[in-house]
Amino acid sequence: MKYIFKKLVSLIIILFIVSLLAFLAFQVIPGDPTTKILGTEYTPERAHALREAMGLNRPVIVRYFEWLKNFLMGDFGTSYSYSLSVKEMLAGKLPITFVLTAISFTIITVISIPLGILLAKFEGTWLDRIFTTMNQTIMSIPPFFIGIVLSYIFSIVLKVFVHGDFVSYTVDPVKFVKYLFFPAISIAIPRIAMTVKLLRSSIIGEMDKDYVRTAFSRGNSRDSVLYRHVLKNSIVPVVTFLAVTIADIVAGSIIIEQVFGIPGLGRLLVSSIFNRDFPVVQAIVVILAILVVTVNTLADIINQYIDPRIKLR
Amino acid sequence: MLDIKNFTLHFHSAPPENMAVKGISMHMDKGEIVGLVGESGSGKTVTALTIAGLINRRMAAFGGEILFNGQNTLTLKSEDMRKIRGKDISIVFQEPMSSLNPVLRIGPQVEESLRIHTNKTKEERKELALKAFKDVELPNPEEVYNKYPHELSGGQLQRVMIAAAMISNPTLLIADEPTTALDVTIQAQIIELLKRLNKEYGMGILFISHNLNVVRKLCTRVAVMHKGLIVEEGPVEDIFHNPKEDYTKKLIAAIPTRSRKNVR
Repeated sequence: MKYIFKKLVSLIIILFIVSLLAFLAFQVIPGDPTTKILGTEYTPERAHALREAMGLNRPVIVRYFEWLKNFLMGDFGTSYSYSLSVKEMLAGKLPITFVLTAISFTIITVISIPLGILLAKFEGTWLDRIFTTMNQTIMSIPPFFIGIVLSYIFSIVLKVFVHGDFVSYTVDPVKFVKYLFFPAISIAIPRIAMTVKLLRSSIIGEMDKDYVRTAFSRGNSRDSVLYRHVLKNSIVPVVTFLAVTIADIVAGSIIIEQVFGIPGLGRLLVSSIFNRDFPVVQAIVVILAILVVTVNTLADIINQYIDPRIKLR
Repeated sequence: MLDIKNFTLHFHSAPPENMAVKGISMHMDKGEIVGLVGESGSGKTVTALTIAGLINRRMAAFGGEILFNGQNTLTLKSEDMRKIRGKDISIVFQEPMSSLNPVLRIGPQVEESLRIHTNKTKEERKELALKAFKDVELPNPEEVYNKYPHELSGGQLQRVMIAAAMISNPTLLIADEPTTALDVTIQAQIIELLKRLNKEYGMGILFISHNLNVVRKLCTRVAVMHKGLIVEEGPVEDIFHNPKEDYTKKLIAAIPTRSRKNVR
């Protein structure tokens, strides 16, 4: 309980810093929302008047705290480009990216853990060697490339799905999930390779420990040494890695959404940065930061549950 | 009970002329405490692990026979050997701190051999584990049962290891340098404990050590190993007072003077 309270405090501090940095970054990069809004109507006088009206001429710190105050009250601001509230804009996009992340994460976990155990069990055999070599290669292929290849094979050649035929979850949830399957796989494949490699080497490393010899000396079979003793020890680094993976999947989805034409958070983020649509970017950055910190905290708690030597501070 | 006949062992990874064990023979009776003494690399631990079938058969070439209750552990099917391990032959290892699984509670680890080799229920196993804790003089058995290894001291953990080794009432307990990692007062307590358990339960103890002085306190007979061979064997007092081999003399000379005085 005390631990969770401490984590909450540090979460708040981290979010404060992240949001401040994101805010400051926007002051540093060139370009101004007024240019985009005025378009061909642009004159320096009009731009100045608009800046004044939008409150952009006030000092950065004042504007930051005003944003913070509104954010804490649940007001994310209004988009400069669309005159829509940021909340409304995000409401349609967040579920898409989160479902994509969830599918991808599930695929990674469900495939890589049994595969890692299998390869560790068959360490040194031809099966292990083939997979380990393949792994090395797969790991280095970027998801967008896999996305393009999968699109070609499954959409153009095999016609399993229609590329670009994205359906929102509000219209047809089944079709929505189906469409997200291939982008999710594209993000998952290199990550599966990494997780398998990590788990395999973690298990093999644990097998040399003294307690394993003790377990054998009590009459355990190889399998029961692996499942009852070794697995629990070797899963700890994998849990940490999977937590980092979630953050990476979200980042990866930004690119893969472009490849598959999915109108998720990634697309919105990219276009908002281009349009200097500051309130939208700021909200997305903070939401992603909350996700990353929460997932990492969760991993810490799980690891402490697995290995009581890990002290939560 | 244990009959080792001209046992040789050669690791495939070692050069051909470098055999770990070069042909040793020894005998152990039921309930006997025998010491196996020698420096590191003399082949004593390898011999002990082979008795329990804990050396990977693909990693080494074996010769001779190791007969345990009439069965040759060198040629026994690995599944049959597994059924002996933890039931008839138990081992206490050198490093109590790392010999227990750090992420599992003490209780289930101590009663593990019962879980594997008997049909006892969870409650029966726990009862036996608590009894074993009392036998090895661990304070607060109920508490220890639910603790994790890192919450106990080295001496306590070695008692836990002994409790785990004797819970299935084995015929042979192999103790591989069980006191080396512990400080001297704890060492003495563990030796006394092993002595008492031997008397109470009649299990044979093969005590492996590099410390002749400790061996003398515990064992009736001792075999001195050097470079893969047994150079001298006999009742422990004879060896102490009348060492025939130079190597044994050197080992005795290596005991600090203070304790040697007690010897003579």
